[in-house]
Amino acid sequence: MKWNWETFFDALPFILPGLGVTVGLTFACYLFALVFGFFWTFLRRIPIRTINWTVTWVMEFIRSTPPLVQLFFIYYAWPMIPGIGVTLSPFTSAILGLGIHFSTYIGEIYRSGIESVEKGQWEAAKALNFSTVDKWRKIILPQAIPPTIPMLGNYLIIMFKEVPLASTIGVAGILLMANTYGARNWAYLEPLTIVGIIFLLLSYPSAILINKLEKRMNRRFDKEMAFVKEEVKNA
Amino acid sequence: MEEVAVKKTSEIEEKEDPIVVYKDVHKSFGDIEVLKGINLEIKPAEKLALIGPSGSGKTTIIRLLMTLEEPTSGDIIVNGKNLWKMEKNGKLVRANEHHLRNVRGEIGMVFQHFNLFPHMTILENCTVAPIHVKKESKEKARERAIEMLERVGLKDKLHNYPSQLSGGQKQRVAMARALVMQPKIMLFDEVTSALDPELVGEVLEVIRDIANTGKTAMVLVTHEMDFAKDVADRVLFLDKGVIAEEGTPEEVLQNSKNERLQSFLRRFRG
Amino acid sequence: MRGFNITITVLIASAIFSYLFAFIAGLCRISENPIIRHVTAVYVEVFRGTSLIVQLFWLYYAIPMLFGIQLGSNWWTGVIAIALNYGAYMSEVVRGSILAISKGQTEAAIALNMSKFQRMRLIILPQAVRMMLPEFGNYTIQMLKATSLVSLIGMTDILYYGDIIRSSNLSQAPIVYFLVLIFYFLLALPLIWLTRKAESISKKGVASG
Repeated sequence: MKWNWETFFDALPFILPGLGVTVGLTFACYLFALVFGFFWTFLRRIPIRTINWTVTWVMEFIRSTPPLVQLFFIYYAWPMIPGIGVTLSPFTSAILGLGIHFSTYIGEIYRSGIESVEKGQWEAAKALNFSTVDKWRKIILPQAIPPTIPMLGNYLIIMFKEVPLASTIGVAGILLMANTYGARNWAYLEPLTIVGIIFLLLSYPSAILINKLEKRMNRRFDKEMAFVKEEVKNA
Repeated sequence: MEEVAVKKTSEIEEKEDPIVVYKDVHKSFGDIEVLKGINLEIKPAEKLALIGPSGSGKTTIIRLLMTLEEPTSGDIIVNGKNLWKMEKNGKLVRANEHHLRNVRGEIGMVFQHFNLFPHMTILENCTVAPIHVKKESKEKARERAIEMLERVGLKDKLHNYPSQLSGGQKQRVAMARALVMQPKIMLFDEVTSALDPELVGEVLEVIRDIANTGKTAMVLVTHEMDFAKDVADRVLFLDKGVIAEEGTPEEVLQNSKNERLQSFLRRFRG
Repeated sequence: MRGFNITITVLIASAIFSYLFAFIAGLCRISENPIIRHVTAVYVEVFRGTSLIVQLFWLYYAIPMLFGIQLGSNWWTGVIAIALNYGAYMSEVVRGSILAISKGQTEAAIALNMSKFQRMRLIILPQAVRMMLPEFGNYTIQMLKATSLVSLIGMTDILYYGDIIRSSNLSQAPIVYFLVLIFYFLLALPLIWLTRKAESISKKGVASG
């Protein structure tokens, strides 16, 4: 097989429509993971030892096993859950599969953000007699989340790169389109290169943006932290 | 506490050739000129104290000598050899690593923040350079290292790690480590500034001891005025990148007419 | 069960090669030679910016074409793909750790008149490697997960056999895949333990900041 520019341009319009699916799936999984992540974080904070231990191990299990296998598992296992006779669409399986897998990472990020809040803040909140909800809303979360934003941004990019795994269960993203084209025309090199280029074009600038965002956040964060600390001190 | 008076090298011959000469040395960091033409001669075994406000360039002067920074212009001559320049085809060009290493061996330095190697024991810290740089045998290096560590009073900590030592102990190890290389001139960069007050004394004792053996030239960048008066042959007051005042400790620290120097010293009298 | 062999050999080979690539690339990135720096940067960004599965397929088709070789099985394709991909990520870890070693250590080494090479070997790298260990551990676990992808290019690893069982017996699918997950998890456990240990080693014996 040799490189063929004709094939390259021929494949392009075939593959591009898949981009919508790929990007859409990325955001869907990402949002799912962001939300589900909270679930893990708060589960871990339950002070009962057995629950804590179980949750930790379940999270570890999900994190340390291949997302590809988890995808297959969900896709094939879901219809078998008693009460649900319906097969899950590949798209939805992917959201669940990848979403749950990455929610464990996101949960860890939330956790480290929360733990990085100075102990004194918790005490001040107590001294000022904050309700639990307010404590989280006004004091803890506003300090915990901002420093984690760059990491969270990174995971968006990471998930974007993992989403092509869903092509194996039939999600019509750019990878599936490329492979289909390849199978039909017995020319895989060009379409796959297109996919690679598309990824680079999207992920590289995003990575740089996230980097810039991180630098901006660090500066803003320092100023805000100083402000919050002053407030708490004077309280 | 009995203090042995430090032998002043002014008694030793004045006619000896200087081991270090600074010739019109300038140093800029970006747009900021920190050293504006330094001319200085250091005789063998001479003890110099450098004092001055922060930003005056006193640390930069010794860092240039230790090859940690490069002069923007001017020459530094060590033992007759130009430090930062070398001969190539009859012309003076910027020195390469090889040349620097040749000349640098005569110079040793002790840092404000110790900079001990955390992944090595105290003994290893002191033997790594003799073994790898001077190619000494392991046994010989160990022997001399132990001797030096004994001299600074840390013989019982040979196999401890730096993290297990106090600041004062760490600094003493740093000095042993530098001395083991037998430099002709030792540079001290505010070596007590990072220490808790009660640990300063033990470090000064060691410096005094080194000064007493007489053979090593020393340049101390310091804020310890009394100590400087005691140990130094010459005191230099650096201000805004130039040597504003130079002389014996009595001249500079007690009888100076320089306004800025006086107000600077007043800060230390309390 | 039969797939163990492949999974483990791929993992070990990939791990070794990726560590190699990581060090070479990491060191190149801090080289003084701008050409070396930039060429390596391109490698790193390309492999980090694209997805492993894409790289895997691409190499699967590209290597025979570019080099004219038909690599017996696809073992080498899988290993190379994983090694190049993770080597790129880990080179950043290498670079970061070396840069994180405080400047004072380099200065102390200069003051003792060590050559650049001696500085690296005796002072900087021993400390940097300690710092890198936890991240390397994490990436190794990721490589274990990545090996499951080689089933997609026809290699007979754990997942491959799982797929076969599933395709002949659909109703067993959930159990089969669940078992596969358990196998991977069991393989991961020692790696997780090692990574935890690495974290505690890296805490002592490093001067940073």
